[in-house]
Amino acid sequence: MQQLSGVNDLVVRFANVNGTGSASANFLFAKAIVRMGIPVTPKNIFPSNIQGLPTWYEVRVSEKGYLGRRDGIDVLVCVNPQSMARDVASVRPGGYFLYDNTKKLPDELIREDIHYLGIPMMELAMHTYRDPRQRQLFKNIIYVGALSLLLDMEFSVLEEMIADQFKKKEKLIPLNIQALELGRTYVREHYAYPLPIRLERRDLVGDRIVIDGNTACGLGALYAGATVAAWYPITPSTSVAQAFEHYAQKLRIDPETGKKKYAVIQAEDELAAIGMVIGAAWNGARAFTATSGPGVSLMNEFIGLAYFAEIPVVLINVQRAGPSTGMPTRTQQADILSTAYASHGDTKHVLLLPSTPQECFSMTADAFDLADRLQTPIMVMTDLDLGMNDHLSDPLVWDDERRYDRGKVLSAEDLDRVEKFGRYLDVDGDGIPYRTIPGTHPTKGSFFTRGTSRDEYARYTEDGAAYVRNVDRLSKKWDTAKGLVPPAIFYQDGKQNETGMLFFGTTTYAALEAMDQLAEEGLQIDAMRLRAFPFGPEVADFLASHQQVFVVEQNRDAQLRSLLINELEIDPRKLIPVLNYDGMPITAARIRGHLVEELTHVAVSNR
Amino acid sequence: MSYLRPSFRHPLLPKNELGFTRADYEGAISTLCAGCGHDSISGAIVQACFEMALEPHRVAKLSGIGCSSKTPTYYLSHSHGFNTVHGRMPSVATGAYLANRELIYLGVSGDGDTASIGMGQFVHAIRRNLNIVYIVMNNGCYGLTKGQHSATADAGSKTKDGGLNPFEAIDLVGLALELGATFVGRSFSGDKTQLVPLIQAAMTHPGFAFIDVLSPCVTFNNKPDSTKSYDYVRAHIEATATIDFVPEKKEILVDYAEGDAREVKLHDGSMIHLRKLAPNWDPRSRTSAMNRLHDAKSRGEILTGLLYIDQDSQDLHELEQTVARPLNSLQEADLCPGSGVLAGINAKFR
Ligand SMILES: Cc1ncc(C[n+]2csc(CCOP(=O)(O)OP(=O)(O)O)c2C)c(N)n1
Ligand code: SF4
Ligand SMILES: [Mg+2]
Repeated sequence: MQQLSGVNDLVVRFANVNGTGSASANFLFAKAIVRMGIPVTPKNIFPSNIQGLPTWYEVRVSEKGYLGRRDGIDVLVCVNPQSMARDVASVRPGGYFLYDNTKKLPDELIREDIHYLGIPMMELAMHTYRDPRQRQLFKNIIYVGALSLLLDMEFSVLEEMIADQFKKKEKLIPLNIQALELGRTYVREHYAYPLPIRLERRDLVGDRIVIDGNTACGLGALYAGATVAAWYPITPSTSVAQAFEHYAQKLRIDPETGKKKYAVIQAEDELAAIGMVIGAAWNGARAFTATSGPGVSLMNEFIGLAYFAEIPVVLINVQRAGPSTGMPTRTQQADILSTAYASHGDTKHVLLLPSTPQECFSMTADAFDLADRLQTPIMVMTDLDLGMNDHLSDPLVWDDERRYDRGKVLSAEDLDRVEKFGRYLDVDGDGIPYRTIPGTHPTKGSFFTRGTSRDEYARYTEDGAAYVRNVDRLSKKWDTAKGLVPPAIFYQDGKQNETGMLFFGTTTYAALEAMDQLAEEGLQIDAMRLRAFPFGPEVADFLASHQQVFVVEQNRDAQLRSLLINELEIDPRKLIPVLNYDGMPITAARIRGHLVEELTHVAVSNR
Repeated sequence: MSYLRPSFRHPLLPKNELGFTRADYEGAISTLCAGCGHDSISGAIVQACFEMALEPHRVAKLSGIGCSSKTPTYYLSHSHGFNTVHGRMPSVATGAYLANRELIYLGVSGDGDTASIGMGQFVHAIRRNLNIVYIVMNNGCYGLTKGQHSATADAGSKTKDGGLNPFEAIDLVGLALELGATFVGRSFSGDKTQLVPLIQAAMTHPGFAFIDVLSPCVTFNNKPDSTKSYDYVRAHIEATATIDFVPEKKEILVDYAEGDAREVKLHDGSMIHLRKLAPNWDPRSRTSAMNRLHDAKSRGEILTGLLYIDQDSQDLHELEQTVARPLNSLQEADLCPGSGVLAGINAKFR
């Protein structure tokens, strides 16, 4: 049998039934490894269902610090009879299948090329705990205990975490420790441990945190001073609004009156959600909504209104696999085109493309400044992988010197100085006009906001020339935006190679890992990470200066590539799509494989 | 196009206590069809605001899309206005109100805008008791798209080009009562004596103040058999009571001669005087309002007046328990927890 070995380089996958309390046990496992100073990447693979269907939780451990998903399961912990056949098949040759042997494994599930580690989890739980609910829950802790010995985890770390977790329910601490011990004792008595693939303490985590992108987005909105959040529940964006509300309940209550310095409204649908955001922003509050593809589709008419009437809007789009309801609990980056050009008529929208929770926080906060500065919708484009999975991320940072940039808003004193206020007048030549907030001044600055054509003084007009002046000014504003959005990031100084790779968002982890692999094989390429649309001049330069550029993204139609071709008038032959759209986060192996194939193919045809 | 009015004002025009004339509450000259009921409602809005001496800039006017929704241009030119999208004004108004609870919100919609495309938002604005005066200019048709039936059109009625409506009409007043609206009234565009005080009372009501105003469309639906035509309404109108709105500061002169008067005190201390025409009329009972409405309907009559008011109404901000200061006035110091707190949050994720 093939023998796996190694330290701090493995993938452990848990096969559970959803709704059985496995999530916290699995998280305990992943977090304990982080506390041992070793980088991990956990991924939840879950159905669109509340109880009773298979779910998986995958933990990649990487000494090298790679945070993308990796194929090849080294250890599979199976506590779900329903998915057992599939789970057995998914283990890599030489890997380990840890299962509940309270019942005998059917013969057809025996593979010659993997190891079986039976632990009678149910039996142990039945003997020890009387309450059926506890039996269920502690069964999960038993396998964590077993794993801790098999993989050589530090028991003190687990103890410390349990103590932390149940600070407020101290009675549960010994019960949890007991469950861990049950698993450990069984392993001690029946198996050789540790396994040849195992863990060892390192100091590779630093001050990094383990957090999901949605929580970071919610916190970003809180720090940026959002006071109105309007949303409609949809996976995978729901926890953005919930995180905002959770922290607002702690941090935004007036100490004297106990009243809220914010409002969170669960709207009747996404149309109403964005309508509320528009109304609040028009009236001078910072407001946002969070949704996913189907919600963005519904919001289209309103997005066009905000664009044309020039109202700041922050929209967090946590993308999932479409079209239609698609695979609602799987990840994709497939709303690029539908958000970049959302709504009818000539429209274009600013997209921000975070790739880590830290960027979810900072870009959400920046989105409010940009929305106010540019008076237009700003979409923060995350995805299910970034939003709902925990990531090892640099800590969230806030500069106390930072002041909210509320953009060009005239106060009553300003209005007294202005000779004639024109809401849509391009005073500064940057395409951004001045606005007033309702109720500011008794006689000056009022105007009529509408989605119909208007002149510089906000007067309704069907005059073609006035219409053209207005939409051309919006184009000028778009050019201004290019200098305000976060620029692309480069991974080399200047141009080093003829071949480049371009990626963004959650594709980043796998792309960087693939680059390392290619470099080890002697294939050097340049790389650029996009962080926003519109594309700045640095993006055009990179594409112009490279002979070919691989565009890595997670959708079928190479949407970002289309956007680049369309906006920058790039020769399409230059941009080679590298795609992943099965709903699972992209892997380095996939990118590397594609690049190697293309590059050797080019080499052959050049001969 | 909107036409601006000449700015010359006669010095002897009557002024309200803020020193404004009625003209200060007007807007651009209407471009609606001559005789359109909507224009009369605009006039009533101007009159109501002038008499109440509202500061125009403390009013925000919002609307959806339709001939009716165009009217905000024709009144209160010193107020901010927002012509939103078709049927979605309630959500925009909700956001606006959340941002600043101190302005008066005046929402205007049509029967198409509210009873069809916007039904969902209308219903939920009522549910949240959004603090707004919500006027539906109800003509039983889609004026702006040239006369199609709306959901408030009478069953059996015909469009100008002969299309028959086989469906029952939705009665927005009945619906609003059923849904728990805290202020429900109905009036007729041609009846300023009733409409003006009704709007004034609605403006002081802390919650969703709904007024269904029958407003004939002279171009597409002013047929004698339409229940939204001038002729029909004039012949079949029935008022629950005659209303006088008495602002808080004015001395209350009760008309003692009227043995059947009822006073309703509004939250800010102002009063509504109802001189009862209908027997046992009590606008504080939702059930009797609903019964009376059915009654009138079965007799082919249109019940108007203040049908219901909840004097203990708690509006959206009270229900949401937000601070008294407008949310849009809060600054960094109120809103941003700072880097110290963030360090603590980071620590929780280690
Ligand atoms: C999404 C959308 N669909 C259709 C229209 C076209 N439209 C404009 S006004 C209107 C009907 C207006 O009827 P109503 O609200 O009763 O107003 P009225 O003109 O009768 O006062 C329609 C269907 C639109 N503007 N937007
Ligand atoms: S079409 Fe009807 S509703 Fe529209 S302006 Fe003319 S009369 Fe009024
Ligand atoms: Mg109508």
